[in-house]
Amino acid sequence: MTSVLFDAPGPRARRNTLIGTLIAAVLILGVVALALLQLSGSGQLDGAKWGPLFNPANPYFVAVWSALGVGLGLTLTAAALTLVFSLLIGTLLVVTRLSTTRVFRWLVVGFIELLRGLPVVITIFIAARVLPEIGIALPPLWYLVVGLTAYNCVIIAEILRSGVAAIPRGQTEAAYAVGLSKLQTLRIILLPQAFRIMLPALISQLVVIVKDTSLGFVIFNFSEFVRTARIVIQFFAGSEGVNLTLQMFVAVAIVFILINFGLGKLAEYVQRRSGRARKTAAAPILKVGAGVGEGGTGGL
Amino acid sequence: MDALIAEFPRFLAGFVGTLRICLFAAIGALVIGTVLAAFRVSPVPPLRWVGTAWVTVFRNSPLVVVLFLFAFALPEVGIDFPLFENNAFFWPGVTGLAFYTAAFVCEAVRSGINSVPPGQAEAARAVGLTFTQTLNAVVLPQALRTVVPPLGSVIIAMIKNSAIVGAVGVTGELFSVDASLTAIGYSATSSLTGVAIAYLVITIPAGILLGVIERKIEVKR
Repeated sequence: MTSVLFDAPGPRARRNTLIGTLIAAVLILGVVALALLQLSGSGQLDGAKWGPLFNPANPYFVAVWSALGVGLGLTLTAAALTLVFSLLIGTLLVVTRLSTTRVFRWLVVGFIELLRGLPVVITIFIAARVLPEIGIALPPLWYLVVGLTAYNCVIIAEILRSGVAAIPRGQTEAAYAVGLSKLQTLRIILLPQAFRIMLPALISQLVVIVKDTSLGFVIFNFSEFVRTARIVIQFFAGSEGVNLTLQMFVAVAIVFILINFGLGKLAEYVQRRSGRARKTAAAPILKVGAGVGEGGTGGL
Repeated sequence: MDALIAEFPRFLAGFVGTLRICLFAAIGALVIGTVLAAFRVSPVPPLRWVGTAWVTVFRNSPLVVVLFLFAFALPEVGIDFPLFENNAFFWPGVTGLAFYTAAFVCEAVRSGINSVPPGQAEAARAVGLTFTQTLNAVVLPQALRTVVPPLGSVIIAMIKNSAIVGAVGVTGELFSVDASLTAIGYSATSSLTGVAIAYLVITIPAGILLGVIERKIEVKR
């Protein structure tokens, strides 16, 4: 909280804040009431619409959530695989960029700029439609993993590179002084520290990956979480005559928010802990970490 | 490549369409995001809660889900957006994209406000400026300079995210060009190469431009 923006409130300021609070509360309640009115007016608050998703006693509850669970399982598997492959390829990219000759370095930079400029939904779509055309047929899950990895490996390479840049120069100099080669210095001295410094940013990137797995719905014939949700909506519209669109996507959003909120808290915790552990050198490190987490191109 | 040359007008139309969506969404996101950031630092608790809730919800849900809610669920609730060039999804898509991006704009502006040295606000308070005056005359003008680089990244990311708007049914932008080309018999490889190049034509110069601006306005303290 930037409490410095206003004084410690005196009696009049407290009264004004109270009045502001009341007005704001009335306005917010008004908006909520209007929304509820609109919802009930269009019949969205019926038990029949929320029951299949939120009432365990509903006959459809178990079936709906087990179908959604299978989809969510696929989605999370894709996220986990993407993280593993992105870390491997991202590390490889950053090692190539930092330790080889100019030609390779330019190739890596070109590769990074190219993939970073593409929307991730396009890389997924390219993986799903171009790979089969050129004769590489994979299970649908792998198209999602390939598309997400193509994008995220370069983001992770950039995160690691700024991690390496945040390490004091003395580390590299000391490593060279004891006779380590460029590659050894990277492998033994710099990368392990870069991973530790950048752990919060890497976890934030995992949130982005989890969110982006929902784009798997563009892949034909792949029943991940979001597509499963749409199939369930179609089923209810067809056989029961109820439209669950709102309720279903609210449920999907809640699941994603819970997962990602948890991951976000984990990132904050790791950040705080690593900040405490190295109090003396914390300032520059934290600055870099925050910059990548918030302003990095992978941030959305 | 054949598609890119033979169907250049379609790509151009999609390119312009994408830019148009991004223009509307960027204006919306910047306005809403700045208001939310002011909410999040305000002394009035309910406003802070609104800001925090907005950011938590939109930052943690996938854009696809937000767009599905806007495009398919709101009509069910009885909220109808006007048609745009006969496309019912245009305004829901733009609004969803703007609401989603606003959460990130808010966080960028807020961290900018926090980056202004406390002494500045203290001095403003000391000469007797009120909360609103402190924010408008002293803190925000400085914060907006620090905020330009992260804000630029947010907008570039938003341009890329506009492809998702195309994937949920808004026609007349780049992603939908692929569907129309596939429908008339082009291979996915040729049409998607064109789409990918068109996005790079926007994002790479935007990134370079952002870098230049970043160096120009860098606050030296």
